Amino acid sequence: MISPRDLQLWGYKRPDGRFGVRNHVLIIPVDDLSNAAAEAVQHNIKGTMALTHPYGRLQFGADLELTFRTLAGQGRNPNCAAAVVIGIEPKWTERIVTEIAKTGKPCTGFSIERSGDLKTIEAASRAAKEFVHAASECRREPFSVAQLTMSTKCGESDTTSGLASNPTVGRAFERLAEAGATLIFGETTEVTGGEDIIMELCETPDVAARFKAAFDDYQALVKSQGVSLVGSQPTEGNIRGGLSTIEEKALGNIQKAGRCTIVDFLEPAHEPRKPGLSFMDSSSAAAEMVTLCAAAGSVVHFFTTGQGNIIGNPVIPVIKLSANPLTVATMPEHIDVDLSALLRIEMTLDQAADAALQMLERTINGRLTAAEVLRHHEFVLTKLYRSA
Amino acid sequence: MKHGILMHRPDDDVGVAVADLPTGAEVGAITLEGAPVRAVTLVNDVPLGHKVAMRDIATGKDVIEYGRVIGVAVQDARQGSHVHTHCIKTKRWA
Repeated sequence: MISPRDLQLWGYKRPDGRFGVRNHVLIIPVDDLSNAAAEAVQHNIKGTMALTHPYGRLQFGADLELTFRTLAGQGRNPNCAAAVVIGIEPKWTERIVTEIAKTGKPCTGFSIERSGDLKTIEAASRAAKEFVHAASECRREPFSVAQLTMSTKCGESDTTSGLASNPTVGRAFERLAEAGATLIFGETTEVTGGEDIIMELCETPDVAARFKAAFDDYQALVKSQGVSLVGSQPTEGNIRGGLSTIEEKALGNIQKAGRCTIVDFLEPAHEPRKPGLSFMDSSSAAAEMVTLCAAAGSVVHFFTTGQGNIIGNPVIPVIKLSANPLTVATMPEHIDVDLSALLRIEMTLDQAADAALQMLERTINGRLTAAEVLRHHEFVLTKLYRSA
Repeated sequence: MKHGILMHRPDDDVGVAVADLPTGAEVGAITLEGAPVRAVTLVNDVPLGHKVAMRDIATGKDVIEYGRVIGVAVQDARQGSHVHTHCIKTKRWA
Protein backbone atom coordinates (compact mmCIF):
# COMPACT_ATOMS: atom_id res chain seq x y z
CA MET A 1 0.00 0.00 0.00
CA ILE A 2 1.42 3.35 -1.05
CA SER A 3 1.90 5.97 1.64
CA PRO A 4 1.76 9.52 0.26
CA ARG A 5 4.83 10.26 2.42
CA ASP A 6 6.82 7.95 0.12
CA LEU A 7 5.89 9.85 -3.06
CA GLN A 8 8.85 11.62 -4.65
CA LEU A 9 7.40 15.03 -5.55
CA TRP A 10 9.22 17.66 -7.56
CA GLY A 11 7.84 21.16 -7.97
CA TYR A 12 8.59 24.83 -8.49
CA LYS A 13 9.12 26.73 -5.25
CA ARG A 14 7.51 30.17 -5.40
CA PRO A 15 8.57 33.24 -3.40
CA ASP A 16 5.72 32.68 -0.89
CA GLY A 17 7.08 29.19 -0.13
CA ARG A 18 4.28 27.28 -1.87
CA PHE A 19 5.08 24.67 -4.53
CA GLY A 20 3.67 24.57 -8.05
CA VAL A 21 3.62 21.57 -10.37
CA ARG A 22 3.36 23.58 -13.59
CA ASN A 23 5.26 26.71 -14.60
CA HIS A 24 2.85 28.98 -16.46
CA VAL A 25 3.23 32.59 -17.48
CA LEU A 26 -0.40 33.73 -17.42
CA ILE A 27 -1.98 36.61 -19.33
CA ILE A 28 -5.05 37.57 -17.28
CA PRO A 29 -7.71 39.85 -18.80
CA VAL A 30 -9.61 41.81 -16.15
CA ASP A 31 -12.68 42.07 -18.37
CA ASP A 32 -14.25 40.85 -21.60
CA LEU A 33 -12.90 43.88 -23.48
CA SER A 34 -9.31 42.89 -22.78
CA ASN A 35 -9.56 39.34 -24.15
CA ALA A 36 -8.39 40.41 -27.61
CA ALA A 37 -5.18 41.99 -26.28
CA ALA A 38 -4.55 39.01 -23.97
CA GLU A 39 -4.93 36.60 -26.88
CA ALA A 40 -2.58 38.73 -29.00
CA VAL A 41 0.11 38.51 -26.30
CA GLN A 42 -0.42 34.75 -26.07
CA HIS A 43 0.08 34.58 -29.84
CA ASN A 44 3.22 36.75 -29.76
CA ILE A 45 5.02 35.12 -26.85
CA LYS A 46 5.70 31.39 -26.64
CA GLY A 47 5.00 29.84 -23.26
CA THR A 48 2.20 32.20 -22.26
CA MET A 49 -1.47 31.39 -21.75
CA ALA A 50 -4.39 33.85 -21.90
CA LEU A 51 -7.28 33.19 -19.49
CA THR A 52 -10.08 34.73 -21.52
CA HIS A 53 -13.56 35.05 -20.00
CA PRO A 54 -16.81 36.97 -20.63
CA TYR A 55 -17.15 39.09 -17.43
CA GLY A 56 -15.52 41.81 -15.36
CA ARG A 57 -17.74 44.77 -16.22
CA LEU A 58 -20.39 46.38 -14.00
CA GLN A 59 -20.32 43.58 -11.47
CA PHE A 60 -20.86 44.64 -7.86
CA GLY A 61 -20.81 43.41 -4.28
CA ALA A 62 -20.04 39.77 -3.52
CA ASP A 63 -20.22 38.88 -7.22
CA LEU A 64 -17.51 41.41 -8.08
CA GLU A 65 -15.36 40.33 -5.14
CA LEU A 66 -15.61 36.72 -6.30
CA THR A 67 -14.50 37.69 -9.82
CA PHE A 68 -11.52 39.62 -8.42
CA ARG A 69 -10.63 36.72 -6.12
CA THR A 70 -10.95 34.19 -8.93
CA LEU A 71 -8.82 36.18 -11.40
CA ALA A 72 -6.18 37.14 -8.84
CA GLY A 73 -6.23 33.56 -7.55
CA GLN A 74 -5.06 32.23 -10.92
CA GLY A 75 -2.01 34.49 -10.74
CA ARG A 76 -1.46 33.66 -7.07
CA ASN A 77 -1.69 29.91 -7.80
CA PRO A 78 1.73 28.24 -7.34
CA ASN A 79 1.47 26.77 -10.85
CA CYS A 80 1.86 30.34 -12.13
CA ALA A 81 5.45 31.62 -12.35
CA ALA A 82 4.53 35.17 -13.37
CA ALA A 83 1.47 37.04 -14.62
CA VAL A 84 0.59 39.89 -16.95
CA VAL A 85 -2.78 41.53 -16.20
CA ILE A 86 -4.59 43.53 -18.89
CA GLY A 87 -7.71 45.61 -18.23
CA ILE A 88 -9.63 48.34 -20.00
CA GLU A 89 -8.83 50.89 -17.25
CA PRO A 90 -6.09 51.04 -14.60
CA LYS A 91 -7.96 50.87 -11.26
CA TRP A 92 -9.43 47.37 -11.37
CA THR A 93 -6.32 46.17 -13.22
CA GLU A 94 -4.20 47.39 -10.32
CA ARG A 95 -6.42 45.64 -7.76
CA ILE A 96 -5.68 42.29 -9.36
CA VAL A 97 -1.96 43.04 -9.84
CA THR A 98 -1.70 44.00 -6.15
CA GLU A 99 -3.27 40.74 -4.97
CA ILE A 100 -0.98 38.63 -7.17
CA ALA A 101 2.12 40.65 -6.23
CA LYS A 102 1.52 39.85 -2.54
CA THR A 103 2.86 36.36 -3.30
CA GLY A 104 6.18 37.96 -4.31
CA LYS A 105 6.05 36.63 -7.85
CA PRO A 106 6.59 38.88 -10.88
CA CYS A 107 3.36 40.52 -12.00
CA THR A 108 2.64 43.63 -13.98
CA GLY A 109 -0.50 45.30 -15.32
CA PHE A 110 -1.45 47.23 -18.43
CA SER A 111 -4.59 49.19 -19.26
CA ILE A 112 -5.92 49.88 -22.70
CA GLU A 113 -7.61 53.29 -22.38
CA ARG A 114 -5.29 56.15 -23.56
CA SER A 115 -3.01 53.59 -25.27
CA GLY A 116 -5.23 51.44 -27.45
CA ASP A 117 -4.91 47.73 -28.06
CA LEU A 118 -1.78 47.87 -30.22
CA LYS A 119 0.50 49.80 -27.85
CA THR A 120 -0.85 47.75 -24.94
CA ILE A 121 -0.15 44.50 -26.75
CA GLU A 122 3.41 45.59 -27.50
CA ALA A 123 4.16 46.66 -23.92
CA ALA A 124 2.47 43.56 -22.44
CA SER A 125 4.29 41.29 -24.90
CA ARG A 126 7.66 42.76 -23.92
CA ALA A 127 6.88 42.19 -20.23
CA ALA A 128 5.62 38.66 -20.92
CA LYS A 129 8.79 37.87 -22.88
CA GLU A 130 10.97 38.71 -19.88
CA PHE A 131 8.72 36.65 -17.60
CA VAL A 132 9.01 33.64 -19.92
CA HIS A 133 12.82 33.89 -19.98
CA ALA A 134 12.83 33.90 -16.16
CA ALA A 135 10.25 31.09 -15.86
CA SER A 136 12.13 28.93 -18.33
CA GLU A 137 15.07 28.87 -15.92
CA CYS A 138 12.99 27.80 -12.89
CA ARG A 139 14.07 24.34 -11.77
CA ARG A 140 11.99 21.72 -9.99
CA GLU A 141 13.04 20.80 -6.46
CA PRO A 142 11.78 18.15 -4.04
CA PHE A 143 8.83 18.97 -1.82
CA SER A 144 6.79 17.00 0.69
CA VAL A 145 3.17 15.95 0.49
CA ALA A 146 2.53 18.23 3.48
CA GLN A 147 3.30 21.13 1.12
CA LEU A 148 0.74 19.94 -1.45
CA THR A 149 -2.66 21.57 -1.98
CA MET A 150 -5.04 19.66 -4.25
CA SER A 151 -8.73 19.29 -4.97
CA THR A 152 -11.40 16.90 -6.22
CA LYS A 153 -14.75 16.94 -7.97
CA CYS A 154 -16.83 14.43 -9.92
CA GLY A 155 -18.65 15.05 -13.19
CA GLU A 156 -21.11 13.31 -15.50
CA SER A 157 -21.37 10.90 -12.60
CA ASP A 158 -23.21 7.63 -12.72
CA THR A 159 -23.61 4.69 -10.39
CA THR A 160 -20.04 3.58 -11.09
CA SER A 161 -18.86 6.87 -9.55
CA GLY A 162 -20.48 6.10 -6.21
CA LEU A 163 -19.47 2.44 -6.34
CA ALA A 164 -15.85 2.79 -7.39
CA SER A 165 -14.14 5.98 -8.61
CA ASN A 166 -15.37 8.27 -5.83
CA PRO A 167 -14.50 5.80 -3.04
CA THR A 168 -11.04 5.50 -4.67
CA VAL A 169 -10.50 9.25 -4.28
CA GLY A 170 -11.93 9.01 -0.76
CA ARG A 171 -9.39 6.34 0.16
CA ALA A 172 -6.53 8.33 -1.42
CA PHE A 173 -7.70 11.51 0.36
CA GLU A 174 -7.76 9.70 3.72
CA ARG A 175 -4.09 8.83 3.22
CA LEU A 176 -3.19 12.29 1.89
CA ALA A 177 -4.92 14.03 4.81
CA GLU A 178 -3.13 11.79 7.28
CA ALA A 179 0.18 12.77 5.62
CA GLY A 180 -0.59 16.47 6.08
CA ALA A 181 -1.76 17.48 2.60
CA THR A 182 -4.25 20.32 2.11
CA LEU A 183 -7.38 19.13 0.29
CA ILE A 184 -10.44 20.84 -1.18
CA PHE A 185 -13.85 19.50 -2.18
CA GLY A 186 -17.32 21.07 -2.37
CA GLU A 187 -20.36 21.08 -4.72
CA THR A 188 -22.91 22.53 -2.33
CA THR A 189 -26.20 21.47 -3.96
CA GLU A 190 -24.83 18.10 -4.84
CA VAL A 191 -24.72 16.85 -1.27
CA THR A 192 -28.52 17.16 -0.99
CA GLY A 193 -29.68 14.00 0.72
CA GLY A 194 -26.30 13.47 2.37
CA GLU A 195 -25.82 16.87 4.03
CA ASP A 196 -26.11 15.25 7.48
CA ILE A 197 -23.14 13.01 6.60
CA ILE A 198 -21.08 16.08 5.64
CA MET A 199 -22.01 17.73 8.94
CA GLU A 200 -20.98 14.62 10.88
CA LEU A 201 -17.56 14.72 9.17
CA CYS A 202 -17.01 18.36 10.26
CA GLU A 203 -14.38 18.79 12.95
CA THR A 204 -16.32 21.36 14.98
CA PRO A 205 -19.94 22.51 15.31
CA ASP A 206 -18.82 25.87 13.89
CA VAL A 207 -17.55 24.30 10.66
CA ALA A 208 -20.77 22.26 10.40
CA ALA A 209 -22.90 25.37 11.00
CA ARG A 210 -21.09 27.40 8.32
CA PHE A 211 -21.46 24.53 5.85
CA LYS A 212 -25.18 24.20 6.68
CA ALA A 213 -25.77 27.95 6.25
CA ALA A 214 -24.29 27.82 2.73
CA PHE A 215 -26.26 24.66 1.97
CA ASP A 216 -29.54 26.27 3.15
CA ASP A 217 -28.76 29.44 1.16
CA TYR A 218 -28.54 27.44 -2.05
CA GLN A 219 -31.81 25.62 -1.34
CA ALA A 220 -33.48 28.98 -0.58
CA LEU A 221 -32.11 30.46 -3.83
CA VAL A 222 -33.65 27.63 -5.83
CA LYS A 223 -36.99 28.04 -4.01
CA SER A 224 -36.93 31.83 -4.52
CA GLN A 225 -36.89 31.23 -8.27
CA GLY A 226 -40.13 29.28 -7.93
CA VAL A 227 -38.51 26.18 -9.40
CA SER A 228 -36.83 22.97 -8.32
CA LEU A 229 -33.62 21.38 -9.52
CA VAL A 230 -35.44 18.36 -10.96
CA GLY A 231 -34.21 18.17 -14.55
CA SER A 232 -30.85 19.77 -13.62
CA GLN A 233 -29.82 17.65 -10.63
CA PRO A 234 -29.34 14.82 -11.50
CA THR A 235 -28.33 15.86 -15.03
CA GLU A 236 -29.61 14.06 -18.10
CA GLY A 237 -26.16 12.45 -18.35
CA ASN A 238 -26.40 11.21 -14.77
CA ILE A 239 -29.85 9.72 -15.51
CA ARG A 240 -28.60 8.04 -18.67
CA GLY A 241 -25.91 6.47 -16.50
CA GLY A 242 -28.47 5.07 -14.06
CA LEU A 243 -28.71 7.70 -11.30
CA SER A 244 -32.36 8.31 -10.43
CA THR A 245 -32.48 11.00 -7.73
CA ILE A 246 -30.37 13.75 -6.16
CA GLU A 247 -30.16 11.73 -2.94
CA GLU A 248 -28.56 8.83 -4.81
CA LYS A 249 -26.17 11.17 -6.64
CA ALA A 250 -25.23 12.92 -3.38
CA LEU A 251 -24.49 9.67 -1.55
CA GLY A 252 -22.14 8.76 -4.39
CA ASN A 253 -20.61 12.22 -4.54
CA ILE A 254 -19.64 12.38 -0.89
CA GLN A 255 -17.69 9.12 -1.13
CA LYS A 256 -14.85 11.38 -2.38
CA ALA A 257 -14.41 12.68 1.16
CA GLY A 258 -13.81 9.16 2.45
CA ARG A 259 -13.70 9.23 6.23
CA CYS A 260 -11.68 12.46 6.27
CA THR A 261 -12.44 15.05 8.92
CA ILE A 262 -13.66 18.31 7.35
CA VAL A 263 -11.41 20.83 9.08
CA ASP A 264 -12.81 24.04 7.59
CA PHE A 265 -15.52 25.61 5.47
CA LEU A 266 -14.34 28.04 2.77
CA GLU A 267 -16.18 30.69 0.80
CA PRO A 268 -15.67 30.20 -2.97
CA ALA A 269 -12.12 30.87 -4.22
CA HIS A 270 -10.72 31.36 -0.70
CA GLU A 271 -7.35 29.75 -0.02
CA PRO A 272 -7.43 26.98 2.63
CA ARG A 273 -6.31 28.10 6.08
CA LYS A 274 -5.08 24.74 7.36
CA PRO A 275 -4.04 21.25 6.23
CA GLY A 276 -6.65 18.52 5.90
CA LEU A 277 -9.91 18.50 3.94
CA SER A 278 -11.83 21.77 3.53
CA PHE A 279 -15.33 22.07 2.08
CA MET A 280 -15.51 25.00 -0.37
CA ASP A 281 -18.91 26.46 -1.19
CA SER A 282 -19.17 25.93 -4.95
CA SER A 283 -21.33 25.05 -7.91
CA SER A 284 -21.32 21.48 -9.19
CA ALA A 285 -20.72 22.67 -12.76
CA ALA A 286 -17.34 21.15 -13.52
CA ALA A 287 -15.47 24.07 -15.07
CA GLU A 288 -16.79 26.57 -12.52
CA MET A 289 -15.79 24.36 -9.62
CA VAL A 290 -12.31 23.49 -10.90
CA THR A 291 -11.68 27.17 -11.73
CA LEU A 292 -12.59 28.03 -8.10
CA CYS A 293 -10.22 25.30 -6.85
CA ALA A 294 -7.40 26.78 -8.96
CA ALA A 295 -8.21 30.22 -7.53
CA ALA A 296 -7.96 28.73 -4.03
CA GLY A 297 -4.43 27.48 -4.73
CA SER A 298 -5.02 23.83 -5.62
CA VAL A 299 -2.18 22.72 -7.91
CA VAL A 300 -3.62 19.40 -9.14
CA HIS A 301 -7.08 17.87 -9.28
CA PHE A 302 -8.65 14.40 -9.10
CA PHE A 303 -11.71 14.38 -11.37
CA THR A 304 -13.83 11.24 -11.33
CA THR A 305 -16.32 10.59 -14.10
CA GLY A 306 -18.86 7.93 -14.94
CA GLN A 307 -20.34 8.88 -18.30
CA GLY A 308 -17.23 10.81 -19.45
CA ASN A 309 -16.95 14.48 -18.51
CA ILE A 310 -13.97 15.72 -20.53
CA ILE A 311 -13.12 18.87 -18.56
CA GLY A 312 -9.65 20.31 -18.13
CA ASN A 313 -8.30 23.55 -16.68
CA PRO A 314 -5.66 25.96 -17.95
CA VAL A 315 -3.84 26.40 -14.63
CA ILE A 316 -4.03 23.02 -12.91
CA PRO A 317 -3.69 19.51 -14.32
CA VAL A 318 -6.95 17.56 -14.06
CA ILE A 319 -6.46 13.81 -13.57
CA LYS A 320 -9.43 11.88 -14.93
CA LEU A 321 -10.46 8.65 -13.19
CA SER A 322 -13.29 6.38 -14.34
CA ALA A 323 -14.64 2.96 -13.38
CA ASN A 324 -17.27 2.77 -16.12
CA PRO A 325 -16.09 0.08 -18.57
CA LEU A 326 -18.12 1.61 -21.43
CA THR A 327 -16.59 5.05 -20.90
CA VAL A 328 -13.08 3.66 -20.59
CA ALA A 329 -13.60 1.67 -23.81
CA THR A 330 -15.35 4.33 -25.91
CA MET A 331 -13.41 7.47 -24.89
CA PRO A 332 -10.05 6.19 -23.63
CA GLU A 333 -8.17 9.31 -24.73
CA HIS A 334 -9.83 11.21 -21.88
CA ILE A 335 -9.12 8.80 -19.03
CA ASP A 336 -5.86 8.85 -17.04
CA VAL A 337 -6.73 6.12 -14.53
CA ASP A 338 -8.91 3.14 -15.51
CA LEU A 339 -10.65 1.81 -12.41
CA SER A 340 -13.09 -0.54 -14.15
CA ALA A 341 -11.41 -3.57 -12.55
CA LEU A 342 -13.06 -2.46 -9.29
CA LEU A 343 -16.48 -3.39 -10.72
CA ARG A 344 -15.16 -6.81 -11.68
CA ILE A 345 -13.79 -7.20 -8.13
CA GLU A 346 -10.39 -7.74 -9.70
CA MET A 347 -8.97 -4.77 -7.80
CA THR A 348 -9.41 -3.69 -4.18
CA LEU A 349 -10.12 -0.13 -3.11
CA ASP A 350 -6.64 0.09 -1.60
CA GLN A 351 -5.10 -0.99 -4.92
CA ALA A 352 -7.25 1.59 -6.71
CA ALA A 353 -6.07 4.30 -4.30
CA ASP A 354 -2.49 3.18 -5.02
CA ALA A 355 -3.12 3.63 -8.76
CA ALA A 356 -4.57 7.10 -8.16
CA LEU A 357 -1.59 8.12 -6.00
CA GLN A 358 0.89 6.79 -8.55
CA MET A 359 -0.78 8.87 -11.26
CA LEU A 360 -0.80 11.84 -8.88
CA GLU A 361 2.96 11.51 -8.39
CA ARG A 362 3.60 11.23 -12.15
CA THR A 363 1.33 14.17 -12.91
CA ILE A 364 2.92 16.37 -10.28
CA ASN A 365 6.35 15.50 -11.65
CA GLY A 366 5.43 16.53 -15.17
CA ARG A 367 3.35 13.89 -16.94
CA LEU A 368 0.72 15.76 -18.93
CA THR A 369 -2.83 14.61 -18.22
CA ALA A 370 -5.27 13.57 -20.94
CA ALA A 371 -7.06 16.91 -20.55
CA GLU A 372 -3.79 18.85 -20.89
CA VAL A 373 -2.73 16.97 -24.01
CA LEU A 374 -6.18 17.41 -25.57
CA ARG A 375 -6.04 21.18 -24.84
CA HIS A 376 -8.99 21.21 -22.47
CA HIS A 377 -8.55 24.65 -20.96
CA GLU A 378 -12.03 25.36 -19.61
CA PHE A 379 -11.78 28.57 -17.57
CA VAL A 380 -15.18 29.62 -16.22
CA LEU A 381 -15.97 32.31 -13.67
CA THR A 382 -18.78 31.70 -11.19
CA LYS A 383 -21.38 34.46 -11.48
CA LEU A 384 -23.46 34.96 -8.33
CA TYR A 385 -26.08 37.29 -9.84
CA ARG A 386 -26.80 39.79 -12.65
CA SER A 387 -24.44 42.68 -13.34
CA ALA A 388 -25.57 46.27 -12.82
CA MET B 1 -16.92 -12.20 -13.98
CA LYS B 2 -19.38 -14.34 -12.03
CA HIS B 3 -21.51 -11.52 -10.60
CA GLY B 4 -23.66 -9.07 -12.54
CA ILE B 5 -24.91 -6.85 -9.72
CA LEU B 6 -22.98 -4.93 -7.07
CA MET B 7 -24.58 -3.82 -3.82
CA HIS B 8 -23.41 -1.06 -1.47
CA ARG B 9 -25.05 -2.82 1.50
CA PRO B 10 -26.38 -6.40 1.57
CA ASP B 11 -29.78 -5.25 2.86
CA ASP B 12 -30.27 -2.48 0.24
CA ASP B 13 -33.49 -2.60 -1.86
CA VAL B 14 -31.50 -2.12 -5.07
CA GLY B 15 -28.22 -3.22 -6.61
CA VAL B 16 -26.31 -1.86 -9.60
CA ALA B 17 -25.91 -3.77 -12.87
CA VAL B 18 -22.21 -3.89 -13.79
CA ALA B 19 -22.97 -5.14 -17.32
CA ASP B 20 -25.96 -4.99 -19.65
CA LEU B 21 -28.29 -7.62 -18.13
CA PRO B 22 -30.96 -9.31 -20.33
CA THR B 23 -34.51 -10.24 -19.33
CA GLY B 24 -34.73 -13.73 -17.91
CA ALA B 25 -31.12 -14.00 -16.84
CA GLU B 26 -30.41 -15.25 -13.35
CA VAL B 27 -27.80 -12.86 -12.02
CA GLY B 28 -25.74 -12.99 -8.85
CA ALA B 29 -25.38 -9.97 -6.60
CA ILE B 30 -22.35 -9.40 -4.40
CA THR B 31 -21.12 -6.66 -2.09
CA LEU B 32 -18.17 -4.43 -2.92
CA GLU B 33 -16.06 -6.68 -0.71
CA GLY B 34 -17.00 -9.65 -2.92
CA ALA B 35 -19.41 -11.34 -0.50
CA PRO B 36 -22.35 -13.05 -2.27
CA VAL B 37 -25.79 -11.68 -1.33
CA ARG B 38 -28.34 -13.47 -3.54
CA ALA B 39 -29.31 -14.06 -7.15
CA VAL B 40 -32.32 -12.51 -8.88
CA THR B 41 -34.01 -13.29 -12.19
CA LEU B 42 -34.26 -10.22 -14.41
CA VAL B 43 -37.82 -9.26 -15.40
CA ASN B 44 -36.59 -6.43 -17.72
CA ASP B 45 -33.42 -5.64 -19.61
CA VAL B 46 -31.23 -3.54 -17.29
CA PRO B 47 -28.38 -1.56 -18.83
CA LEU B 48 -24.91 -1.22 -17.30
CA GLY B 49 -25.00 1.17 -14.35
CA HIS B 50 -28.75 1.00 -13.84
CA LYS B 51 -30.44 -0.40 -10.75
CA VAL B 52 -32.17 -3.74 -10.19
CA ALA B 53 -34.82 -4.33 -7.48
CA MET B 54 -33.39 -6.90 -5.09
CA ARG B 55 -36.83 -7.40 -3.49
CA ASP B 56 -40.39 -6.33 -4.27
CA ILE B 57 -40.77 -2.60 -3.62
CA ALA B 58 -44.35 -1.34 -3.09
CA THR B 59 -45.59 2.08 -4.22
CA GLY B 60 -45.13 4.68 -1.48
CA LYS B 61 -42.23 2.86 0.15
CA ASP B 62 -38.82 4.45 0.71
CA VAL B 63 -36.13 2.99 -1.56
CA ILE B 64 -32.87 2.11 0.20
CA GLU B 65 -29.37 2.18 -1.32
CA TYR B 66 -26.10 2.87 0.56
CA GLY B 67 -28.24 1.87 3.59
CA ARG B 68 -29.99 5.25 3.11
CA VAL B 69 -33.17 6.60 1.55
CA ILE B 70 -32.57 7.60 -2.10
CA GLY B 71 -36.22 8.34 -2.92
CA VAL B 72 -39.73 6.98 -2.81
CA ALA B 73 -41.35 4.35 -5.04
CA VAL B 74 -44.10 5.85 -7.24
CA GLN B 75 -44.80 2.51 -8.95
CA ASP B 76 -44.51 -1.05 -7.71
CA ALA B 77 -41.19 -2.62 -8.64
CA ARG B 78 -40.97 -6.40 -8.65
CA GLN B 79 -37.80 -8.18 -7.59
CA GLY B 80 -35.53 -8.35 -10.64
CA SER B 81 -37.04 -5.31 -12.37
CA HIS B 82 -35.35 -2.13 -13.61
CA VAL B 83 -35.53 0.65 -11.00
CA HIS B 84 -35.11 4.15 -12.36
CA THR B 85 -36.83 7.53 -12.79
CA HIS B 86 -40.06 5.88 -14.00
CA CYS B 87 -40.67 4.25 -10.64
CA ILE B 88 -38.78 6.25 -8.00
CA LYS B 89 -38.74 9.98 -7.27
CA THR B 90 -36.66 12.24 -5.05
CA LYS B 91 -38.07 13.17 -1.65
CA ARG B 92 -36.18 16.46 -1.69
CA TRP B 93 -37.23 18.48 -4.70
CA ALA B 94 -40.88 18.11 -5.67
